[in-house]
Amino acid sequence: MTNDTSGDVRLSGITKTYGSFTAVHPLDLTVPQGSFFALLGASGCGKTTTLRMIAGLEEPTGGTVHLGDQDVTALPPYKRPVNTVFQSYALFPHLDIFENVAFGLRRRGIKSVKKQVEEMLDLVQLGEQARKKPHQLSGGQQQRVAVARALINHPKVLLLDEPLGALDLKLRRQMQLELKRIQTEVGITFIHVTHDQEEAMTMADTVAVMNAGRVEQLGSPTDLYENPRTTFVANFLGTSNFIEAEVDARSGDDIVLKAGGGKLVLPGARCGAPTSTGGKVLVGVRPEKISLTHADEAGEIPEGRNRITGKIADSSFIGVSTQYVVDSPVCPDFEVYAQNIDRDPRLVPGADVVLHWNPAHTFGLDAAQDIDAGVDEGAAS
Amino acid sequence: MSTLTEAPPPLTPTAPEKKPPRRRGRLVPYWLLLPGILWLLVFFALPMIYQASTSVQTGSLEEGYKVTWHFATYWDALSEYYPQFLRSVLYAGSATILCLILGYPLAYLIAFRAGRWRNLIMILVIAPFFTSFLIRTLAWKTILADGGPVVGALNTLHVLDVTGWLGMTEGDRVLATPLAVVCGLTYNFLPFMILPLYTSLERIDGRLHEAAGDLYAKPWVTFRKVTFPLSMPGVVSGTLLTFIPAAGDYVNADLLGSTDTRMVGNVIQSQFLRILDYPTAAALSFILMAAILVMVTVYIRKSGTEDLV
Repeated sequence: MTNDTSGDVRLSGITKTYGSFTAVHPLDLTVPQGSFFALLGASGCGKTTTLRMIAGLEEPTGGTVHLGDQDVTALPPYKRPVNTVFQSYALFPHLDIFENVAFGLRRRGIKSVKKQVEEMLDLVQLGEQARKKPHQLSGGQQQRVAVARALINHPKVLLLDEPLGALDLKLRRQMQLELKRIQTEVGITFIHVTHDQEEAMTMADTVAVMNAGRVEQLGSPTDLYENPRTTFVANFLGTSNFIEAEVDARSGDDIVLKAGGGKLVLPGARCGAPTSTGGKVLVGVRPEKISLTHADEAGEIPEGRNRITGKIADSSFIGVSTQYVVDSPVCPDFEVYAQNIDRDPRLVPGADVVLHWNPAHTFGLDAAQDIDAGVDEGAAS
Repeated sequence: MSTLTEAPPPLTPTAPEKKPPRRRGRLVPYWLLLPGILWLLVFFALPMIYQASTSVQTGSLEEGYKVTWHFATYWDALSEYYPQFLRSVLYAGSATILCLILGYPLAYLIAFRAGRWRNLIMILVIAPFFTSFLIRTLAWKTILADGGPVVGALNTLHVLDVTGWLGMTEGDRVLATPLAVVCGLTYNFLPFMILPLYTSLERIDGRLHEAAGDLYAKPWVTFRKVTFPLSMPGVVSGTLLTFIPAAGDYVNADLLGSTDTRMVGNVIQSQFLRILDYPTAAALSFILMAAILVMVTVYIRKSGTEDLV
């Protein structure tokens, strides 16, 4: 990555209201040049509105949009050095593929477009289809035309509005890798809007999780997954288990908590909540970090691990792993994903078990929020 | 297949029983078409044949007409009435162009900008149909009356000087001039232009406008390169629905024009109803029909609408 900042996108206090409804609350965001940035959220969270304000298709109610050093807030879309890949592609049905791709070049008065268009069609592997009309192509091919049509203009920023939403799962995976390859190849800033958390995590360098017109958290996919700062992010990205606990004491860098008679250890650096003694904290842990041991062998669990007890309520075999739902006194539906390496045949519904995990994998959140925030949205995607 | 032929005999008697209902089912679409076909036969094909035969008859009203294959009637009719033919094409063509100029922005407005007013404007477009064609045309007679406010305004604005120079008006009059006839035609056929234009504009995906803007097309360029080409089916059907009836119309020329603005429709009408020269009238009708068919075919070929989705 270079130090060039001409492709930076800077949103300052940008906001959009429709009547009394606020689609986007004042938002500050900087997307650095050359990055692959994803706006992730459920439908209606304001991510597409934000994207459209960058494209100039929607006028912000307040705030400014900067591209590099240029304030583009007042510029109409045709004067902005950005291009968009629309949700349902919006290819021109009366023009063939070649002319669709050449559209932007011709509008800027470039006469000899042939070589560029052919190169671009080769990049998206559609050289053979140049003279076909959009409706003669498959969904995946149309999607690539839409990308080619935008990229040929060498925009400073490429905006992608749920570009893979209309494709089936297999094609979507393939196009995710394809888009990532193209982005690495051309080095343009990509801003990608999606409701699919897996898509955002696979493709983007930085993900901004949006909820109800606000950015809940911004960071690298790993950071968001490992250190969610709100229950919404923790539930929207993957699955999380939460235990309500009370701060008991501090020992060094760790915080010791009480939950249902037992004690849990949480690294102080991973706690986003105030930790005065007696205060409430939500202790979170991801299902795949947890080990299951039958209650009869509880003595073999090494010292120093967080542990809680429970009874297996349900188990489902997924292939690579088995997903257990454990009923525990501290958390009614505790989810555990266990790799199918050495399966203990006694781990069936009804069995008493001990759940244990490395305290380093624990994160702490402020207890004054909805434990289930983002659960339905995450499941829907 | 082999299992079917080896099937035990008891099965075969049931087969013919099943067949008749299936066959009747296959005929149902044709039965449904029958009334339409009959209608077409009685009210279109038969009169056409009758007219065709009339056009090659000779004789007089007193002695009766006989088919003598007298094709010279066609040539005579054309050489005598070609000015009226040209005038029809000119007036209908002008009216069609005016309809397109007036109708396109309105159709565009209804399709893209009207919002909740859309239905109201549509009703206003269709509302004149609730009044008789004749009454509406007569109303124009009052509107364009000599010394009336419209003529006065046009005179003050020196519009009549321009139209007079173009040969569309004479002196301070609008009534009984070509301009009046063209205005009448434009007014009467405008809805036929607006409705197909609206239908094809309304079908255009609004995101295509956004996409064009996103790809550096200014609003006017977006219109020229995206909206207008996509509305071509509407333009073609609108112009046809306006031009074809306008070219054969005689009411507007009769009520708003003078003897100098007679169109071919007026000639046909007077030949049929006043002079009672049926062969000439029938020949003129066929010439008009053939001319329109040729023009329309060329026009559709040129505009290349078959290619549009």
